[in-house]
Amino acid sequence: MPTVSMTVNGKKVSGTVEPRTLLVQFLRETLGLTGTHVGCDTSQCGACVVDIDGDSVKSCTILAVQCEGANVTTIEGLANGSELHPMQEAFREHHGLQCGFCTPGMIMSAVDLVKKNPNPTEQEIRHWLEGNLCRCTGYHNIVKAIEAGAKAMGARK
Amino acid sequence: MSETGIGARVTRKEDFRFVTGRGTYTDDINRPNQLWMWLLRSPHAHARLKKIDTTAAAKMPGVHAIFTHDDLARDNVGGLPCGWLIHSKDGSPMVEPPHPVLAAGVVRHVGDPIAAVIAETRAQAREAAEAIEVDYEVLPAVVDTREAIKDGAPQIWPEAKNNTCFDWHLGDKDAVDKAFAKAAHVTKLDLVNNRLVPNAMEPRAAIGEYDVATGEHTLWTTSQNPHVIRLLMGAFVLHIPEHKLRVVAPDVGGGFGSKIYHYAEEALVTWAAAKVKRPVKWTADRSESFMSDAQGRDHHTHAELALDKDGKFLGLRVSTLANLGAYLSTFSTSIPTYLYGTLLAGTYTTPAIYVETRAVFTNTVPVDAYRGAGRPEASYLLERIVDLAADELGIDPAELRRRNFIPKDAYPYQTPVALQYDSGDYFTTLDMALKAADYANFEARRKEAASRGKYRGIGMATYIEACGIAPSAVAGALGARAGLYEMAEVRVHPTGSVTLFTGCHSHGQGHETTFAQLVADRLGIPIDQVEVVHGDTGKIPFGMGTYGSRSLPVGGSAIVKALDKVVAKGKKIAAHLLEAAEADIEFKDGKFQVAGTDRAKTFGEIALTAYVPHKYPIEELEPGLDETAFYDPKNFTYPAGAHVVEVEIDPDTGVVELKGVWAADDFGRIINPMIVEGQVHGGLAQGIGQALLEHCVYDDSGQLLTGSFNDYAMPRADDLPSFHLGTNATLCTHNPLGVKGCGEAGAIGSPGAVMNAIVDALSPLGVKHIDMPASPRRIWETIQAHRPRMAAE
Repeated sequence: MPTVSMTVNGKKVSGTVEPRTLLVQFLRETLGLTGTHVGCDTSQCGACVVDIDGDSVKSCTILAVQCEGANVTTIEGLANGSELHPMQEAFREHHGLQCGFCTPGMIMSAVDLVKKNPNPTEQEIRHWLEGNLCRCTGYHNIVKAIEAGAKAMGARK
Repeated sequence: MSETGIGARVTRKEDFRFVTGRGTYTDDINRPNQLWMWLLRSPHAHARLKKIDTTAAAKMPGVHAIFTHDDLARDNVGGLPCGWLIHSKDGSPMVEPPHPVLAAGVVRHVGDPIAAVIAETRAQAREAAEAIEVDYEVLPAVVDTREAIKDGAPQIWPEAKNNTCFDWHLGDKDAVDKAFAKAAHVTKLDLVNNRLVPNAMEPRAAIGEYDVATGEHTLWTTSQNPHVIRLLMGAFVLHIPEHKLRVVAPDVGGGFGSKIYHYAEEALVTWAAAKVKRPVKWTADRSESFMSDAQGRDHHTHAELALDKDGKFLGLRVSTLANLGAYLSTFSTSIPTYLYGTLLAGTYTTPAIYVETRAVFTNTVPVDAYRGAGRPEASYLLERIVDLAADELGIDPAELRRRNFIPKDAYPYQTPVALQYDSGDYFTTLDMALKAADYANFEARRKEAASRGKYRGIGMATYIEACGIAPSAVAGALGARAGLYEMAEVRVHPTGSVTLFTGCHSHGQGHETTFAQLVADRLGIPIDQVEVVHGDTGKIPFGMGTYGSRSLPVGGSAIVKALDKVVAKGKKIAAHLLEAAEADIEFKDGKFQVAGTDRAKTFGEIALTAYVPHKYPIEELEPGLDETAFYDPKNFTYPAGAHVVEVEIDPDTGVVELKGVWAADDFGRIINPMIVEGQVHGGLAQGIGQALLEHCVYDDSGQLLTGSFNDYAMPRADDLPSFHLGTNATLCTHNPLGVKGCGEAGAIGSPGAVMNAIVDALSPLGVKHIDMPASPRRIWETIQAHRPRMAAE
């Protein structure tokens, strides 16, 4: 079985995996990073979104071995200790989550949106979130949270 | 109001763990030495299992065991029970066929489990399952209730003639016939309430573990009600006494009804773990969720409304075919009956109502409660037929509703379909929603849209729901096989902090915050001194869980009762300490005070005294401050409100654009408005999803065509607008907080409002009704069918 090495949340990690192992399986099962969730089997729901080398990626659509040498950030790597990332704080402040299952993917996706479009409009946010399903919130407060998170991220720079 | 008290927008205590990826969902749990289960599921909707050959599969790498129905039968494993007995019109009990954990010789829907493979890894279990050879004799299948009741249709259960489970009715048929005989106008409507898939974002999962040393079984499961699962699985399926069975429902990623029921996989992992003496884990992939989670709705209904010359409703006659799927899910039989027929008065004074529901088996996944559960079906049909009547009579639909609303001074109001509404004000919520939507000036917007070649429409729906199903004695008389109370334990610690144990379960509702607000407010302690514990039969004395918007009306009332006991005991302790009469002690703002004096003891001092009883009335009072209460409600609660939706339709594409969604709701007293708004948003999205997007479709052979998120249209962020909400409170009169519940309202009112808006938009073409979902294709075809033919054609 091949060995794969990458940097996850700033730490160098490696593991021996079956070639068919998806990145999300490597994160959850090998590394025990269970914040990245699996909500479907057709790459539709976005609960598994992580950051790979600066882009948000559904970690169910990429093999672990494809991430050799990559720099991966998961939801666990976003906060600075107990100090939340502004997007995490915005989701909490604006009630952008209920059951919490889609939340890690939503936040990771939102952070990437704001990196690429620092002042997104409501329509741009809604369009960007096409790949992230939420069944609880009706998206209303997720959109509000991302608007606020974008402002806070801008203010932090 | 304090910053964290009743009515405050307190951000959620549970959110830190969720936004940092540190929630603990069932699939996040791994037990030492665990094995995995994969289920071989039927690819056919109806087939006889002539032979199951596991020889090759058993030799596959990593496989420990393969179990089929015969193995379960040898251990006397029972079937999955149904929790509500319905009687037919003629008094006979419903047909109640067996619901085996693994198929017993016949499979009856695509996804029906046949064999359980236990292996070292999930992939190995799955590969071995694929190597099991099954010789199927494929049988004819039927999926549509209208076909299933015909003579000669495929028979799913020999004991259920014409596939009928029961033929139930409610109401006074003679009174309704008389009302129709004197009617000035009768409006008739046939409609479909489309089948939906709940699709909580977290797929179901379960882990079973058996402790050989103690004989204890533990089940971790994605459940809305772990005690109910313990009772059903322990008593009926696996015959494990409750003291040897612990059920844990940790963080659960949404339920919407679909995680109420006792499912086969829960019994299988629990039983298999004891067989193989290692923990056994199962996690559904989304495809399995589509073919094994109970689905929702699926009604075909004919309704008739009788009106007098002034538009007053005289009578309502409803006949519904309800699809139950192939087996009876836990509460399936109560949904199209007592949670549906009883709601057909809606917000109106209709004096005579008769409803008959024929519940039908088909070769489809079982159907049970999904957000709203019976009440959306009732509200949708009422609000559609009222709009159609308004159109036929040329009366403004808001005006027709107002003429028939239950007057504000008529409470308590007894409906002709068993319910007694305790409070409400339907005039104000309708007016609020219409005003917010600028209903008065709508025609100008229609005209402007028409000038751009678009059809614009506005629609409204009012709704009432019955929440916190109760009282137990009444539900029992109607066939419920469970009690419907709730439990709370308030454990005050020696230093005055509090752990609240609730029998309700939070899977997104934010109980850890709302309930903590309630405790902090009542005891006058900081909210961070309150911890809410739920979801573990090993920690919580008992509980009925969370469904039907019951948590605050029923669970919250139990909390208040327990808090009252804490305060009452605290007063006794304070009286002793302060050398005053108990009757003179007041409890306010966290202090026990002798009335009219400045002599007082803080809550913390009393707590400490209870556990360090040096100066204590030990002869009369036990030490400790830990109180438990059970609350059995006197009645349902009746949240109600009005939703208004404005749409614009592009005739070239059939796409419906939502221009605005307004909701005005009456939930009684609100503890945390932020959480309540979130509940309404989510409900609206699901109701709009039903109206515009979602439809679970089987082909004639019983294949599930919408078996993935590629095929089943879940609402996405860019399908929806932001919502406009308002509330007007009339308090519930029979529970201590005056609360009514808010979890389902959004999904109940919105489908009718959306569809009324669409029909209104297309009314210039003569369109009278469109069934849900109003997909672009369906809208486009409707427009084509109603358009005046072009000269060239």
